[in-house]
Amino acid sequence: MAKSKVSALKQIDYPKQEETALPATGVTVAPEQLKYATLLMYGAWSGIVTLAATFFLYMSGAITSFIPPSQMPQYWGMKASKYLELTGAPHGFGWAGMLGYGDYMNYIGLALLGTLTIAGYLILLPAYLKKKDRPYTVIVVAEILVLSLAASGILKVGGH
Amino acid sequence: MIDILSAKISFLWGSVSPMLAAATTTIGATANSAAGTTGTPWWVWPVMLFAATFVMGIVAVLAGVGGGVLFTPIIGGFFPFHLDFVRGAGLLVALSGALAAGPGLLKANLANLRLALPVALIASTFSIVGAFMGLALPTNITQTAMGITIMLIALLFVFSKNTEYPNAGAPDGISKKLGIAGSYFEATSGKTINWTIWRTPQGFLMFVLIGIIAGMFGLGAGWANVPVLNLLMGAPLKIAVGSSKFLLSITDTSAAWIYLNQGAVLPLIAVPSILGIMFGSFVGVRLLAGTKPKAVRYLVIGMLGFAGLQSLLKGLGVFN
Repeated sequence: MAKSKVSALKQIDYPKQEETALPATGVTVAPEQLKYATLLMYGAWSGIVTLAATFFLYMSGAITSFIPPSQMPQYWGMKASKYLELTGAPHGFGWAGMLGYGDYMNYIGLALLGTLTIAGYLILLPAYLKKKDRPYTVIVVAEILVLSLAASGILKVGGH
Repeated sequence: MIDILSAKISFLWGSVSPMLAAATTTIGATANSAAGTTGTPWWVWPVMLFAATFVMGIVAVLAGVGGGVLFTPIIGGFFPFHLDFVRGAGLLVALSGALAAGPGLLKANLANLRLALPVALIASTFSIVGAFMGLALPTNITQTAMGITIMLIALLFVFSKNTEYPNAGAPDGISKKLGIAGSYFEATSGKTINWTIWRTPQGFLMFVLIGIIAGMFGLGAGWANVPVLNLLMGAPLKIAVGSSKFLLSITDTSAAWIYLNQGAVLPLIAVPSILGIMFGSFVGVRLLAGTKPKAVRYLVIGMLGFAGLQSLLKGLGVFN
């Protein structure tokens, strides 16, 4: 079995790529993979800090909320559709116009976390184009389109 | 000697089990009574959420599953929130946990882009479909189906064998064409492990189902990613765990946006949970590289079994 695995590995045509060796391990990592990792690291921390800051403002009442946190126990046990109906809360991308409220200010951090992956793929795309790695270029472009469609708010769900 | 040993174990269990049962009952009773007691400060719930998800964050990384598979049934079972909001928060919790763990996994090549990108495209596309279905189905059906699914996965891990380094066959045409292979440094043995995959078409089909279920249940899909990558496609367990955690960030992004734009995300629930799971995940990543694969597998079995049973009983109305 080990012999067949070694021979199988030799038959694979790996795309030509620059690789960065991890010190002391002998393992090589593609540079675009490292760039993606760096983006996630800084983006995730930015998301944490943003969420912590906006949540503090929300909980402290320093900024007026659309629905004060103390009133949330009245709503958090009901279906989302009922909640929207009773409160008049926005759906779709309507939250973007509510960022002046303390509760919806938290959506800034949530949206940041939700767009990190799209940003990461935009880093990968030129790398795969440069290497003329057609299959992965197509995969990356398709993924950007899928994620953008999901984030756009164009897709709607029917009744709950 | 055996009699003496069994007597000591029985005495020990007799001493410990009442305390464990009391602790579990107390946690549940406290949560349930707080839910129905007007005197309970509203801020208690965000604090409890933060504490619970911090622990989940550590366990989730070690187990190679998103926080959502633990978060959604546990929080949905013991906290007074509707499942719509729990699932929305669960997807964001799983997403944030994956984003926090991603950098370390990518840099160590425990998460491999050539493996993750193709399957992530499939899963993320169909998670949108699943999200639509999940928000349309009655809550009790979703809860029951989710519990059954999780318990089946736990059973799959119980009966699987030799998963640390699967005996994968020769790479198939698709894996060769895409160049899905790599290597990683196994810290516990001090060796560099080269790997490849097989049964790629079958694996891709499974990720269609995984995407649908992830979006429907708001779980995050790590519970399915790892067995498919490891048992079906033949990736070493640590590569499967690392790549699974990374591709959760892609799969859950698409489904999370659906829930967010449908008003099914409440900051009071989502934010303390996200903060807790992210901090917990950072700790978990530091522990993963030095963890033996067998220990990771046993942890997955235990946590999934508990989470699945709890969700099933709630869906059947045994718990309210």
